[in-house]
Amino acid sequence: MLFEQLDLSVAAGQLLQIAGKNGAGKSSLLRILAGLAQPEQGQLYFGTTPLRQVMPEFAANLCYIGHQSGVHEQLTARENIRFWHAATAEPQAIDDYALLGQLGLAGLEDIPCRMLSAGQQRRVSLARLWFTRRQLWILDEPFTALDQAAITMLQQHFLLHLQQGGAIVLTTHQKLTLVFEQLISLELAYRW
Amino acid sequence: MFKWLHPLAKPETLYHFCRLCYPWLMAAALLLLALGNIWGLAFTPPDYQQGDSYRIIHLHVPSAIMSMGTYSAMAIAAFTALVWQVKTAQWAALALAPIGAVYTAIALLTGMAWGKPMWGTWWVWDARLTSELILLFLYLGVIALSGAFSDRQTGAKAASLLAVVGVINLPIIHFSVEWWNTLHQGASITKFARPSIDASMLWPLLISILAFKVLMLALLCLRLRTAILVNEQHRPWVKALAGER
Amino acid sequence: MVTLGCFIKRELRLLARQKADWLNPVLFFVIVLTLFPLGVGPEPNLLRLMAPGVVWIAALLSVLLAAERLFKDDYRNGVIEQLVAARQPLLSFVLAKLITNWLSTGLPLVLLSPLVALLLNVDSAAFAALALTLLLGTPLLSLLSVLGAALTVSADKGGILLALLILPLYIPLLIFASAAVEAASMAMPYQGQLAIMLAMLLFALALVPMAVQSALKLNVS
Repeated sequence: MLFEQLDLSVAAGQLLQIAGKNGAGKSSLLRILAGLAQPEQGQLYFGTTPLRQVMPEFAANLCYIGHQSGVHEQLTARENIRFWHAATAEPQAIDDYALLGQLGLAGLEDIPCRMLSAGQQRRVSLARLWFTRRQLWILDEPFTALDQAAITMLQQHFLLHLQQGGAIVLTTHQKLTLVFEQLISLELAYRW
Repeated sequence: MFKWLHPLAKPETLYHFCRLCYPWLMAAALLLLALGNIWGLAFTPPDYQQGDSYRIIHLHVPSAIMSMGTYSAMAIAAFTALVWQVKTAQWAALALAPIGAVYTAIALLTGMAWGKPMWGTWWVWDARLTSELILLFLYLGVIALSGAFSDRQTGAKAASLLAVVGVINLPIIHFSVEWWNTLHQGASITKFARPSIDASMLWPLLISILAFKVLMLALLCLRLRTAILVNEQHRPWVKALAGER
Repeated sequence: MVTLGCFIKRELRLLARQKADWLNPVLFFVIVLTLFPLGVGPEPNLLRLMAPGVVWIAALLSVLLAAERLFKDDYRNGVIEQLVAARQPLLSFVLAKLITNWLSTGLPLVLLSPLVALLLNVDSAAFAALALTLLLGTPLLSLLSVLGAALTVSADKGGILLALLILPLYIPLLIFASAAVEAASMAMPYQGQLAIMLAMLLFALALVPMAVQSALKLNVS
């Protein structure tokens, strides 16, 4: 059994930070929250209805970026962004060159992602947060491989999302450097 | 019916149910098996054409029938597992797969042994033998797929899905008999037509079929019990059970 | 629809960049067909007799070869997991995979059928049947192999397992396809066999995309 006595909720405007040692089950918890895995016991609610009954609505409000980045190495940064843009059916067109420039990837838009560094690939993966209109973000270790500037930029973007009424669940080992007013921290510890 | 079945979806209840049923089913299976086979092998008249060699029918036909019956049971269990997310049904499906595979193998081997004196060759590519062979492959596919994943749960789910997909093959097995007209004789017993087999031979055969069916249920109980214990080994009730001993 | 178009474009792009993924199976098909006459002898009548079976077995093997890698990359880099979490685009993704899989492995086999007829000494009546069965059968083959690939995407050992899963499902297709070509070479009508193949194709077309979706789901859960 991985989790015991776990009770958590995330409301609009809140950021839930899940911390814990390696192997404490952070990713497993995120996958359960994202509806990818079923808990053995216990219930998940979306609003007031059990999650299983409203999966389509929930999924349409969810932006999940897992442990693997979701970036195909044979495709370029632009193609990857366009893929996720189509997959999430965002109504608005995006200016992919501007977006990639903003993320510090100017000049790297049209080379296959396998040529990019780990941090750059992570930026390509996170780029979707800049055009998605989904409310709930569930992010597994979003800061991995990012440099300090990118981490700050990402946190600023988080703040903006929270101000607009979004909610974020993320796992990280690091302390958040910016001030989040509605921050909930959850420390997973294990007992053998 | 559903009300009665529903509590059995709970692993603990099902475990105790299986434990209760197993000795009775096994005893009944052995008794019926002995009765059907001894009667069939020793006390029925020889066939006017095939002599004594037809007596293998008492192994061949029941195992062939149950090879398909077990597949249907497995597919139903797998379907239940996939649609209503019943874990115990998944374990039942996986527990049935090796039983069915062995029945299929018995049907194939006895079929070959029967074919040698009748057709003069061990193997002919006739429709029924071939489809029985395909059935064996289907079983092996389900077993192999369930073991191919590092995560046991994923393997069980994938194997259930394959079992449901493979059930498409069962009707094809039946209609293939009519499609290719081959060496194999038609069915000896049908529900609708008068049986083309003499009553003195029919009774032991029916008993053998029943014996194979009960044996399948007994083995299912045994294997399902093991599966439940393995999958629930970290649960308090299993630990309590182990502490009892 | 927009999503589907986008996904198909992506798959085609990937195929254009990883040419070995679809060229190797096609080459393999041609190699198997070249080896058969060398193995059994160049007797024209014998080749003509064996042609339908040989072609369809070679087709199965080459499609299997292509299927193995179909979902591997997208599974490894997390695309499938995130599509499953997003739910709604998964069907488009599966359809795009199916369509491009047929375009890259099935269609080349159909286009190669004149060459096959030449190599195996198939006469013109049987050739028409061969081409038609390939046209109807390869989409079904794609459907089955995509299903197999989806089922085994997170398995530790793929390869031979995929073949074991697909083989039983493929056998009816093999029987009817070669029966059709055989009938055609004896100047008998073969519309019946084609109709059954079409029925099987439509049936699979209705069910397989759904099964592939749930196979992908259970592989990431």
